[in-house]
Amino acid sequence: MRSKRRQWTAALLWTVATSGSGCAGVQSALDPAGPQAARINDLWWLMLWTCAGVFAIVISALVAALRRGRAQPAEDAETERKMTKVVAAGVAVTTVILFAFMISDFVTGRALWSLASPDAIIIKVTGHQWWWDFEYQDPIPSHRVRTANEIHIPVGRPVKLEMTSSDVIHSFWVPNLHGKTDLLTGHQTVTWLQADRPGKYRGQCAEYCGHQHAHMAFVVIAEPVGQFNAWFDNERHPAITAANAGQQRGQQIFMSRTCMMCHQIRGTDAGGRSAPELTHLASRESIAAGTLANTRDNLKGWIVDSQRFKPGNKMPSHDLGDEDLNALLDYLESLK
Amino acid sequence: MKDRELLQLEETWAEPRGFIGWFKCVHHTSIGRRFVITAFIFFLLGGIEAVLMRIQLARPENTFLGPDLYNQIFTMHGTTMMFLFAVPMMEALGVYLVPLMVGARNIAFPRLNAFGYYIYLLGGIFLYVMFFTGTGPDNGWFSYVPLAGPEYGPGKRADVWAQLITFTELSALVVAVSLIVTVFKLRAPGMSLNRIPLFVWAIVVTAFMIVFAMPTVALGSTCLILDRLVGTHFFNPAEGGDVLLWQHLFWFFGHPEVYIIFIPATGIISAILPTFCRRKIFGYTPLVLSLVATGFIAFGLWVHHMFTTGLPRIAQSFFTAASMMIAIPTGAQIFCWIATIWGTRPRLRPPMLFVLGFFFNFLIGGLTGVMLASVSLDQQVHDTFFVVAHLHYVLIGGSVFPLFAGFYYWFPKMAGRMPGDRLGHWNFWLMLIGFNLTFFPMHQLGLKGMPRRVYAYLPGMGWGGLNLLATLGGVIMTAGVALFLINVFLSLRTGEVAGENPWDAATLEWATSSPPPPFNFDSLPIVAGRDALWDMREGHSGSAAPAVVTGVRGDLREVLVTTVLDAEPDHKTLMPDPSIWPFLSAVATSGLFIGSIFTPWAVPVGAVPVTIALIAWFWPTRKEHLERIEAEQDHGRTPAPPAEPVTQGQA
Repeated sequence: MRSKRRQWTAALLWTVATSGSGCAGVQSALDPAGPQAARINDLWWLMLWTCAGVFAIVISALVAALRRGRAQPAEDAETERKMTKVVAAGVAVTTVILFAFMISDFVTGRALWSLASPDAIIIKVTGHQWWWDFEYQDPIPSHRVRTANEIHIPVGRPVKLEMTSSDVIHSFWVPNLHGKTDLLTGHQTVTWLQADRPGKYRGQCAEYCGHQHAHMAFVVIAEPVGQFNAWFDNERHPAITAANAGQQRGQQIFMSRTCMMCHQIRGTDAGGRSAPELTHLASRESIAAGTLANTRDNLKGWIVDSQRFKPGNKMPSHDLGDEDLNALLDYLESLK
Repeated sequence: MKDRELLQLEETWAEPRGFIGWFKCVHHTSIGRRFVITAFIFFLLGGIEAVLMRIQLARPENTFLGPDLYNQIFTMHGTTMMFLFAVPMMEALGVYLVPLMVGARNIAFPRLNAFGYYIYLLGGIFLYVMFFTGTGPDNGWFSYVPLAGPEYGPGKRADVWAQLITFTELSALVVAVSLIVTVFKLRAPGMSLNRIPLFVWAIVVTAFMIVFAMPTVALGSTCLILDRLVGTHFFNPAEGGDVLLWQHLFWFFGHPEVYIIFIPATGIISAILPTFCRRKIFGYTPLVLSLVATGFIAFGLWVHHMFTTGLPRIAQSFFTAASMMIAIPTGAQIFCWIATIWGTRPRLRPPMLFVLGFFFNFLIGGLTGVMLASVSLDQQVHDTFFVVAHLHYVLIGGSVFPLFAGFYYWFPKMAGRMPGDRLGHWNFWLMLIGFNLTFFPMHQLGLKGMPRRVYAYLPGMGWGGLNLLATLGGVIMTAGVALFLINVFLSLRTGEVAGENPWDAATLEWATSSPPPPFNFDSLPIVAGRDALWDMREGHSGSAAPAVVTGVRGDLREVLVTTVLDAEPDHKTLMPDPSIWPFLSAVATSGLFIGSIFTPWAVPVGAVPVTIALIAWFWPTRKEHLERIEAEQDHGRTPAPPAEPVTQGQA
């Protein structure tokens, strides 16, 4: 019994000790790439080691209590007095530790909000069932850039996110950069991000939002300023015009079918806002809110029968002939 | 002389027999036993749902359950475990044990208590019937608006959930009231407040928390159902409503709810430890104060479920402080328990094993709970599998393990036979290992970015291995629970006959036969200390019989009412007879509740049978009328029972 308990403790400590190394990943809170995730990560390790210590001490006390026992316990006043002192000391130490935790939380909390800067990029985030709408803000309305499920940010520059939801509550979360903030219907919430090193950081909706909550992801691509500016310049331009007959046919299909009622392609008649913006679709890494790689096959499968990949999502299936479908794919793939 | 008195008691308090009689029973042991069994069946149903979810998540992009079914199942799992298992199970134990522990013949308001049970039963059946007809709620056990509102939650699913809340809150409230009055007015003479068993204290604190917490969720679910059914706009931002209002209302109930489940579990620990360590509990007063403090602080924590909603930071800081503060009384309890064990050599029978398992598991859950109190850290792990791990360590580690300890501990009292030790050991180890294997990896999954309530995840996320491990653990844990069922089945048939007090415990439920007769005690005990039976044994080293109450009539359902503080005899009163009307009232009320989600007319029309049933409930029969007159005349003739204990020898 006692040795088993010790084995358990050992197993626990081992798991705890190895958990740090196992957590590197595209969507991990323990692999920080920005100042905020780093602060929270520090707080986590502080709390984890302190709590592990508390756990070890309390379990040792329990084991010791079991081990030192006699069949006829002494309940004399002397022992009771000693016990009372130990228990009181335990409560006092608990209180001190909790107080220390509270202070470190307040300090971390202050640090998390210290990014605020007038130099920041401002992005308006709108949550939809089940995709993300991003709009880079600019005082001149025509300079605003709208995109979906993927944002690029320059390394080292703060980003302010102004968020709301068009339908139900969602939550914006990029674990490598920062904790989450909810997108509330009828409220605007604000959070700040900054990436300290280039990389691709995956984010995912963290508030249960219905059928496809599981497949409501996005990616934050942090890149050096030069690359970011190039990307942003390209995004600002309307979609390229269809270059050849196939693409033109594809564009026609897009405009004559239901596609244009929901999707926006800037520079064309398609101006719908209830589905992801597609002006530079071909430059993105994934489709279906971070669910599928952006390949021709996946795009095809998605158009023909999106319910197969994300049952319950709001994209209708399209019954197109092979030729039409290929033309449409040609057109969509030209939207760099 | 003695035998005639007993026969008289048996005749007076006899529970009705037969099929119809089954619905008339009002004794707390009959209702309490049904309550426990029903809640356990819901525990098994919730467990099956958990296993289905674990199978679905065992590998990436699994197609065992689609999103529609998965979302219903996780909602059913949460709703079942919280509303149909955990809270009712705690109240069920209270209903069965509290009157015995305080030395009463029955629970206060026995008909109301029976009504509470039937409402709970019918509500649970309603939920599962709807689930099996494809109308199971699918918005989570918290039913956040607008997802559960009229626009995004079409159909009847969210209505089913909201109305189930009405059922459970009504049931919980009436049972809580019965328990509070039982403890405050029906205690055995001599059991002053500072001598009440800790389990009873835990139930009292819980019952008060139910009384204060349940009305909030009642208000919330009523507003929700009004929004959905008659077009009000409490939660509709387009018309000036607010989606966060729901979250405040829900969590103002939802957080105390966690302690409503946890506090009785601490009572079970405090009941078992002295028995198996063979010594008085260490720190009775601090333990009681901790319970009460926990009860109060629990109402000041709800915002820590809303740290990501962008509330003002100063407000969040307050709730961080409160959330951390609640760890102080909990810590004090743990230290007192360890001090109780210190220096003893506890008998490692199944109840004690589960208590030791509790320490291990709950400590982990409590420590991660302290972490979650931090706004900054919570922003990362909120709504991830880290929280799934935390809450299961608290609820399974902190409540289900003590519950199983309690099942083994009180099984002899309820069944009259001892539970099997060998199977009990296997049961414990499988549950302990399975539980930790299931939930420990979830901490890491959450930190690696896996959100809660996802029916699938992409292969590239690197979550497959830990999820498979968790599923494996789930299988082991299920085997552990299955062994418990087998153990119960075998013990009921071939278990050793238990006798009155097989564990040599100190509280009054062990001072009567197992299972107890419908009048609980042959003669009502008088209490001289905190550990009633041990004190009696020490005080009357064998020769004289223990002090008992005399002067309470055995030919009527007469009971002694005592004062709140010192439990001095105050007056006598009559307990109601068995009656079919609590059951019929529950059926009528359920009809109204269920009908109202289909048409508002169910409210005025359904009110008619409810009114009739309630009038019939209180309409005295001729026999009751005569008894009441007789008892009143009787009071005029003889004085109230003497305040001084009268021993049986003298009487």
